[in-house]
Amino acid sequence: MKVRAQIGMVLNLDKCIGCHTCSVTCKNVWTSRDGVEYAWFNNVETKPGLGYPTDWENQAKWKGGWERTQSGKLQPRQGGKWRVLANIFGNPDLPEIDDYYEPFDFDYDHLKSAPEGKAFPTARPRSKITGKRMQKIEKGPNWEEILGGEFEKRSGDYNFEGIQKQMYGEYENTFMMYLPRLCEHCLNPACVASCPSGAIYKREEDGIVLIDQEKCRGWRMCVSGCPYKKIYYNWESGKSEKCTLCYPRIESGNPTVCSETCVGRIRYLGVMLYDADKIAEAASVSDEKDLYDAQLGVFLDPNDPAVIEAARADGVPDDWIKAARESPIWKMAMDWKIAFPLHPEYRTLPMVWYIPPLSPIQNAAEAGAISSKNGMPDVKNLRIPVKYLANMLTAGDETPVVTALERMLAMRAYMRSKTVEGVIDEGVAESVGLSGRIIEDMYKIMAIADYEDRFVIPTTHREQVEDAYDLKGGCGFTDTNGCSTGISKGSLFGGKKKPLKIPTEMK
Amino acid sequence: MLHDIDFFIFGVMPYIALTVLIVGSVARYERDPYTWKSSSSQLLRRKQLIWGSIFFHVGIITVFGGHLVGLFTPVAVLDALGVPYVAKQWLAVILGGTAGIISLVGATMLIHRRVFDPRIWRHSSFADIGILVLIWLQLLIGLATITLTLQHMDGVEMVRFMTWSQSVVLLKVNAWAMVVDVHWLYKTHIFLGLLITILFPFTRLVHMISGFAAPFRYLMRPGYQIVRSRRQKPLAERKTTTPAE
Repeated sequence: MKVRAQIGMVLNLDKCIGCHTCSVTCKNVWTSRDGVEYAWFNNVETKPGLGYPTDWENQAKWKGGWERTQSGKLQPRQGGKWRVLANIFGNPDLPEIDDYYEPFDFDYDHLKSAPEGKAFPTARPRSKITGKRMQKIEKGPNWEEILGGEFEKRSGDYNFEGIQKQMYGEYENTFMMYLPRLCEHCLNPACVASCPSGAIYKREEDGIVLIDQEKCRGWRMCVSGCPYKKIYYNWESGKSEKCTLCYPRIESGNPTVCSETCVGRIRYLGVMLYDADKIAEAASVSDEKDLYDAQLGVFLDPNDPAVIEAARADGVPDDWIKAARESPIWKMAMDWKIAFPLHPEYRTLPMVWYIPPLSPIQNAAEAGAISSKNGMPDVKNLRIPVKYLANMLTAGDETPVVTALERMLAMRAYMRSKTVEGVIDEGVAESVGLSGRIIEDMYKIMAIADYEDRFVIPTTHREQVEDAYDLKGGCGFTDTNGCSTGISKGSLFGGKKKPLKIPTEMK
Repeated sequence: MLHDIDFFIFGVMPYIALTVLIVGSVARYERDPYTWKSSSSQLLRRKQLIWGSIFFHVGIITVFGGHLVGLFTPVAVLDALGVPYVAKQWLAVILGGTAGIISLVGATMLIHRRVFDPRIWRHSSFADIGILVLIWLQLLIGLATITLTLQHMDGVEMVRFMTWSQSVVLLKVNAWAMVVDVHWLYKTHIFLGLLITILFPFTRLVHMISGFAAPFRYLMRPGYQIVRSRRQKPLAERKTTTPAE
């Protein structure tokens, strides 16, 4: 047993309203720079849909994640080390920027500077890459917003696997949900494995996966290696970039920007202890449907004295162990079993988990026709097909998803009974394998969702790794190159900096 | 006057080139590692990149390796092994010629793409285009010298170049006199080669070093994963054994 700690995240999709505040605040903090205009470390997709970049879930096409070879070993789906090296001159699995979208801006200035004319002036788009006029915007970061586009295209969604999907194109049967996505900070990251330079690494102390910008050489194998397509090649700097889980904030005990600003309070951050020695075994179980359970087996119970002892021996600070005991992630993933990894079949053991959304009753119009159990509607009658959610969260295994949805329905029924009728209905709780006390805890954390309950983040222990006295008079945060600000007009090695000027219309 | 130029190019420039190459690369790696990269433009346009780049790189690496082995194998070793000069020259012409042509085709595709694709053109620096054109010219001249080589397959000229190259690295400063009367195409080829060497640390060419290092780093790395720790001292050996499962 080798105990390590990881900051994990859970997103309660049942409460996501698709407002994109997470994406926008993330963008403003991290990717409002040249070369990453197209990159969204956090984005929100409307499902069912092909997503961003288009069809990212289709690994037969993109070759992201891992595959289990016949000998039972894992290797990146895009190929083992020799194969990755052989593709270094031209990566056949790399998306083109048009698979995301061509970044654009509008001639806003024209709105106020246009001469008087018959027609109202408009702001037309220009490419942020070439600076040239774009006749038509073909795609954007959220092109299928609220089921935009025809069902025929959207139904290419990978999660429809094994579902008779035609009926969901009909107006009466249509369904929708939001899926906010960010880097999964996987336990078995395929991006790290794909990097020939060894520039990407997982941090021992908190599990955050980062790219060493000074070591990255722009071989771009990580972009194709990541099945979530959450590594972005900065075409201006020539380096790959990714979500940092806002590590400067996490280190000081603050939630990530996306979590902090989430108006729906759907995001949770907390510590998970895991056994690093079990990762390889868990990621390579033969049946994809066992991957969810296998990952649960990697997590260590922070209340177990043996685990606590081992964690201390492995250098996990005591306040981290305490935080692990109070972790909302542990409660949702392990105690209540209502949160699931996104696409466990990629075998990366992702650490951003999702609570599946409840949805309206499919046949509400035919009141009475709904089958119900213990006064709760049968989850099979929910508008979002359970199979669809299972394809997304448990590699197609419906049982755990059904249990989670039933527990959430039970929470509603129990609390309705308690607050409206003043009756404590232990029966409802027992029917889903919980107790009234647990349900009230669930309610407190999931429905009330106080800040302190959502974010249990211990601060980092810098005193263990460096002597603060040495930092006195240092240069604080710098962008490589020692104490240089990293900003200069021209550079001996980097060529001239050419800020992209967006031309405005001639008068 | 002409001899002054010859002296400069074959007697002095190699040392300038090697010094700039080494000092410049070390300085860049040390002072500005963030700029050390391949500058791939594949994301912006896939078209012509995959094949262009594969042709160019496979060809140029073969040619580069050929020059390295061909020029720096001591003549004594050739003699000891009993390799006839004619045979070595034919090998160089056939292997180098083929690789050169493949590389030239690739370089042409890459130049065409860089100049005619608005996305790539907009984001090409002067150095990006300059170095590509220089290498293209170098390939062209290198291939042109084959026509000269074919006229004297006895290997005498080849041995002169070998001796000169080896004398340069052995610091025999009078070696420049050996190559003063070769054809101007050879001379241009050598001059351009030295010029590219000088430009190396200031352009994207530095990714060559990473490219040659990558296979070693990657293949010798145990397993696939990398975990970094900020801990300065390793943890004490764990006393307890694995708890009962």
